[in-house]
Amino acid sequence: MDTLAQLAAGFAVALTPYNLMWCLVGVTVGTAIGVLPGLGPALTIALLLPLTYKVDATAAFILFAGIYYGAMYGGSTTSILMNTPGETATIVTSLEGNKMARRGRAGAALATAAIGSFVAGTIGTIGITFLAEPVVNFALKFGPAEYFSLMVLAFVTVSAVLGTSAVRGLTSLAVGIFLGMIGIDLQTGQPRFTFGLTELLDGINVIVVAVGLFAVGETLYLACFRKRADGEVLAVEDSVWMTREDWARSWKPWLRGSAIGFPIGAMPAGGAEVPTFLSYFVEKRLARKPEEFGHGAIEGVAGPEAANNASAAGVLVPMLALGLPTSATAAIMLSAFQSYGITPGPMLLQQQSALVWGLIASLYIANVMLLVLNLPLVGLWVKMLKIPEPLLYGGILIFATIGTYGISQSQVDLVLLYAMGIMGLFMRLFDFPTAPVIIGMILGPLAEQEFRRAMTISQGDMMIFLQKPLSLTLLIVAAIAVLGPQVWRLQRGPSVPRSD
Amino acid sequence: MDDRGIGRGPAWGDAAVGVAVLALAAIVGWQTTLIPTNAIYAQVGPKVIPWMATAMLAVLGTLLTWQGLRGGWEHEEHGEFNVWALAWLLLGLALNVALIGVAGFIIASTLLFVCTALAFGSRKVLRDTTIGFALALLSYVGFDRVLGYKIGSGLIEGLL
Repeated sequence: MDTLAQLAAGFAVALTPYNLMWCLVGVTVGTAIGVLPGLGPALTIALLLPLTYKVDATAAFILFAGIYYGAMYGGSTTSILMNTPGETATIVTSLEGNKMARRGRAGAALATAAIGSFVAGTIGTIGITFLAEPVVNFALKFGPAEYFSLMVLAFVTVSAVLGTSAVRGLTSLAVGIFLGMIGIDLQTGQPRFTFGLTELLDGINVIVVAVGLFAVGETLYLACFRKRADGEVLAVEDSVWMTREDWARSWKPWLRGSAIGFPIGAMPAGGAEVPTFLSYFVEKRLARKPEEFGHGAIEGVAGPEAANNASAAGVLVPMLALGLPTSATAAIMLSAFQSYGITPGPMLLQQQSALVWGLIASLYIANVMLLVLNLPLVGLWVKMLKIPEPLLYGGILIFATIGTYGISQSQVDLVLLYAMGIMGLFMRLFDFPTAPVIIGMILGPLAEQEFRRAMTISQGDMMIFLQKPLSLTLLIVAAIAVLGPQVWRLQRGPSVPRSD
Repeated sequence: MDDRGIGRGPAWGDAAVGVAVLALAAIVGWQTTLIPTNAIYAQVGPKVIPWMATAMLAVLGTLLTWQGLRGGWEHEEHGEFNVWALAWLLLGLALNVALIGVAGFIIASTLLFVCTALAFGSRKVLRDTTIGFALALLSYVGFDRVLGYKIGSGLIEGLL
């Protein structure tokens, strides 16, 4: 019951007109950037990080959470109507959703995506509400050694397991860890990797890296290496609502998608790709008309959309309860905590209880607002898809400039931004994932801190990580996650036929 | 490791990426030796994790180079390289850095906007200039004056 009392107090915070306004701004901006191809929540929150100097922490996090949830709703509109998913998490939605739109059923697809997102988002938020405290209570038993091993596990799963290649994912992570180490070492006061530049003493701002990789890199890639993609936006011919049959075929996939998405999102691995694909295959298997899959089956939109939103909610559990970000967006939100001087981690729930519960309550409110924004007002968002590309990317680069120049007024940061953009271009060309860079950059210094604490306790004995049972278990799981697939592949021999 | 290219010639691009990662490992290792340390902190000092990062980059760089030499990895299909788009974008970015301090954010950003639009194939320069200017002006007022970002001063900013 204590949880419900806390939640009620959270609603008292979230329902003040001031915080409601930030929630509304957040979900509106979030939906807009979710709809626009090329913009994502990580980039947008990074651009808005300087707001943390101006706005109080609760309002800022309500805004960021609104953007985060909103982008999930908006992304489905684009993948249904344009077949060019803005985010990997919505690839699956476009498989069936775009086919439905081509058959003149865009309205039903949008409706099942929006209502499914609402159902899953609400279930996911209930999950956060009741899971946060037990996770915190468990985590309070962690010492620095256990924490370090947990972070190693998160590193491995976000970079090696979820992407297409463990080697490339880990390379991105290592680059991120390197970028995170630049600047003054906080424990000894020694400068590291500053190359004699005073501008680098404070470290590289995560805004510069995120905006460089996501905005400048993507713009460079699209301008220089565009495929002849059909940028056609399908019209919404039917009404944005569902028939009785659509409801009957949607409600179970929504619930199953939520059940698949939330636990996977809440694990220290995170990631929305796995649950959406999993949900798609489950629905294909259970569907009464499996032959419709590939031609616009509504279950194939309802399930993955729900899984996507539930896993997005799940990611907030390790972020709020452990201070462990498992997606680029969560990593950037974590850096916002740091810029308020708030230490993320298990103590957060006690020390910043009004902030955390206000944030959780605002997630319920955001879901309701998003349902309204995305059902009756969907026509408005469809219009945004018609912004011509030259103007859209011109605008993105202007905002990128504001986000970086606006923090420091330093041309060095602009040059760094462009360097990151060029790195992003090459990462895109050679198929390296970008999210591990951001996660490594934010989580790397935290992992180093725990590592050194553990080593101080053990007086420099590395064995401490293997002597504590929980720490050892986490490291073994991490090792299996990296090496398991490779060993399995080797055992099957190199005779695996190539797909081409 | 995904050595999918058995039996094919080396993929020089992929191998070059591997070499670049090795070069980064060398730089990180070299810079790590330059971090001053106090003997008291030797085992928990500021060098331990940097050495781990160096080792990680070295191993991964070696693996990537090896994969590259053995035929490379599979890539997403890319369109044909558009050199003019790159030229316009680089010009826009260079103008932005060069002018943002002297002429101010609004002028620099308008030029960046126009160059980006040209890179994306727009030929309506007058329209793009108008829209770019309006957007830069609005963003300046919104972010600098209302939201409190510090975007600096400039020729047009001084008039506002």
